[in-house]
Amino acid sequence: MNIQELIESAGQNTAAPLSHPGIDRSFESCIKCTACTAVCPVSRQNPFYPGPKQAGPDGERLRLKSAELYDEALKYCTNCKRCEVACPSDVKIGDIIVRARNNHLDRQHKPLMHKLRDAVLSNTDLMGMMNTPLAPIVNAVTGLKATRFVLEKTLNISQHRSLPKYSFGSFRQWYRKQALERQRYYREKVVYYHGCYVNYNNPQLGKDLIRVLNAMDIGVLLLEKEKCCGLPLMVNGFPQRAKKQAEFNLAQLEKAVIERELEVIGTSSSCTMNLRDEYRHILGMDNAKVRSHVNIVTRYLYRLFNAGKRPQFKSMPLKIAYHTACHVDKAGWAPYTLEVLKHIPDLEIVMLPSQCCGIAGTYGFKAENYEVAQAIGNTLFENIERGGFDYVISECETCKWQIDMSTNTTCLHPITLLAMALQ
Amino acid sequence: MKFDVAIIGGGLAGLTCGIALQQQGKRCVMINNGQAAIDFSSGSMDLLSRLPDGKPVDDLASGYDGLAQQLPQHPYCVLGKENVLAAARRFEQLAQSVGLELVGSSERNHLRVTPLGGLRGTWLSCASVPLLNEEESVFPHTRIAVLGIVGYHDFQPRLLADNLVQNPAFSHCSVTTAYLNIPELDQLRSEAREFRSVNISQLLEHELAFRDLVQEIRNAAGDAQAVFLPACFGIENAAFFNRLKQATGLNLYELPTLPPSLLGIRQHKALRYHFEQAGGLMLNGDKALSAEFDGERISRIYTRLHRDDALSADHFVLASGSFFSNGLVSDFEHIYEPVFNADIIGTGAFEPAARLSWTRNRFAAPQPYQSAGVVIDANCRVRKCGRFLPNLYAAGNVIGGYNGLELGCASGVSVVTALVAAEHIAAAQQ
Repeated sequence: MNIQELIESAGQNTAAPLSHPGIDRSFESCIKCTACTAVCPVSRQNPFYPGPKQAGPDGERLRLKSAELYDEALKYCTNCKRCEVACPSDVKIGDIIVRARNNHLDRQHKPLMHKLRDAVLSNTDLMGMMNTPLAPIVNAVTGLKATRFVLEKTLNISQHRSLPKYSFGSFRQWYRKQALERQRYYREKVVYYHGCYVNYNNPQLGKDLIRVLNAMDIGVLLLEKEKCCGLPLMVNGFPQRAKKQAEFNLAQLEKAVIERELEVIGTSSSCTMNLRDEYRHILGMDNAKVRSHVNIVTRYLYRLFNAGKRPQFKSMPLKIAYHTACHVDKAGWAPYTLEVLKHIPDLEIVMLPSQCCGIAGTYGFKAENYEVAQAIGNTLFENIERGGFDYVISECETCKWQIDMSTNTTCLHPITLLAMALQ
Repeated sequence: MKFDVAIIGGGLAGLTCGIALQQQGKRCVMINNGQAAIDFSSGSMDLLSRLPDGKPVDDLASGYDGLAQQLPQHPYCVLGKENVLAAARRFEQLAQSVGLELVGSSERNHLRVTPLGGLRGTWLSCASVPLLNEEESVFPHTRIAVLGIVGYHDFQPRLLADNLVQNPAFSHCSVTTAYLNIPELDQLRSEAREFRSVNISQLLEHELAFRDLVQEIRNAAGDAQAVFLPACFGIENAAFFNRLKQATGLNLYELPTLPPSLLGIRQHKALRYHFEQAGGLMLNGDKALSAEFDGERISRIYTRLHRDDALSADHFVLASGSFFSNGLVSDFEHIYEPVFNADIIGTGAFEPAARLSWTRNRFAAPQPYQSAGVVIDANCRVRKCGRFLPNLYAAGNVIGGYNGLELGCASGVSVVTALVAAEHIAAAQQ
């Protein structure tokens, strides 16, 4: 048989591959090299987690055969996505694991209290709405050792974890009363997806963003309405609720991008990545119309700075450490933030070796994960303590909580630092 | 984004080139699509171990003429003898400066023990690997214990021991075998496929029962003067292994295991750490997609994560590896380099256009397609459409004209081309 005949016969004999609708087929590309497990922060600290190769592509083959073969240990995955970054064969390992969890809810035997706890942790906007009006009381109460002890005994929220503080009044309320009027008058405008963290925990970051952009003659608008991006729901076993939030947000984003022809920016790296990538990869939603118009704020600034449009910064003779959050690494945004920060005179920037801090969103709040979370982040904390830095910089709010709690150095969002440096 | 040099690929070649350039103050960005082949390597580096006619090579200097005669397309022959030897010596210094802890010299190959008990000529080896120094004709110890781990299949002590004593250098040795029983690893036994070197090292690094492990090794070793272990101890660096050595008071040696290989992973980590410490920027999990030309010069490249913000640089280095890392791609009839569509070399035995020349029927025979890769000139510049591009260089396994497995020269080609490319880039920037 000559080569031409060989090619033809190969073409004719190839049966159509089995189709599994709604399944990411990238697991077919896995060559079992185990590079993912070698970098997995969880399998390194938790022997009950079989590692991303087994939980992802290997397990997917089994699960396609029978749902009986679903392994409950998938719950230990933090969705940090470092496995995907390490994979030489472009297997979407993290996506496969989260989708498998969401597709096999009936096979997970979560105790009732864990279910309740996960619902409390994932409904970030509901919790925010309830807590911000009573923030002084809530913060005082959650700061009490006794409260944390009770929370661990009832809801299995780790008593060792400092709980996020709520702000007194939300960012949105402040914006409507104090900022909206003025922002309308800027000729150039951008839409800001603030997310739950800025709205309920740290409105100051939103205010800082407005200061920085106003200093560049750009007005900041908000979406008419926004809901939590849905990431905590998506990874805590509430995919249908996450989908509903995503539908709502996508409709709002489309209004901004298509009707008002505005770009959308986010300060939270995980929320922004969720809007751009996970809505499609994990929830299977179509976000093609808005995807390229939704960006992390530092990339937006990078492009403007490059075009010569930048505010005047004063000298900041500080030594800061940049921590590459997992989702920032995955999305490739670190270089934009670094380039933007370089415009602050006399700022010394040190790159911390890229690693997971351990908290991974809601993961580190759970009592059963606390020790693993701290063990994962341990070398990061040591690097921070050793470096003698004025601040650590990260775009991720949960990394901030983790670093603030676990080290003596304060973690800031890059926008906060830029606002501090404004003339 | 603007850089002095953009390096595509984060393996041995890319990192070596990047460290050399950063040390000279060049600002490098590295586009790194997943872990590279170095994570699967033995930890030993070959410069040249055999000629195409099968004759073993003791040292590159004396083997060079034969190589030039038999395979003039080999990258070493394109670069020239003195340049290759000088680059090899420069790498020896670089490896020392980043703490790779390698032994060996380009002046003469040494023999290392393979996991199957053979002896293989090589250039540089991890200090922890059992080997014969150039002046040794026999192994310095007579009583050797080869220890496996109960439940771990990627290392077979009996096979190693039986083969080892067939070598004259070990024929005076009495080799015993035993298996270590490590209860700390019981957790792994529920999932036999995840009982790999990486998993073992991850569990043991917690040192929950370090003293028990030390005692277990001592007991199993008996009165052996040298103890061979699979490389399952310490994934970050050699510290864990060295502590084990100290605590047991034994001459412990490590042998590379089936992939992933901790010896290679440690080297990768050390190189990457030094590249980033020197100011290099890594774009991890990103992939170069296409290039934009300004005349014959490449002005910028687009990547998967930076489709709208091109990376521009004065010089570009293609260190994207071979088929494993997708630096080369093949379909049924074509082999191509996906980013720049550079010319693919033919060697006579291998011709890219002649599909039947790619493979030999015997599975274990050297496979000609392994010689596929891009064409370079004496400055490591890459050829496209018959012309060498002024600012695109290649380093490592993406280069064609040689079969690294057959000749035992893959790591050597990687680091030599990486350093030659770095040298020309630095000179061109001045």
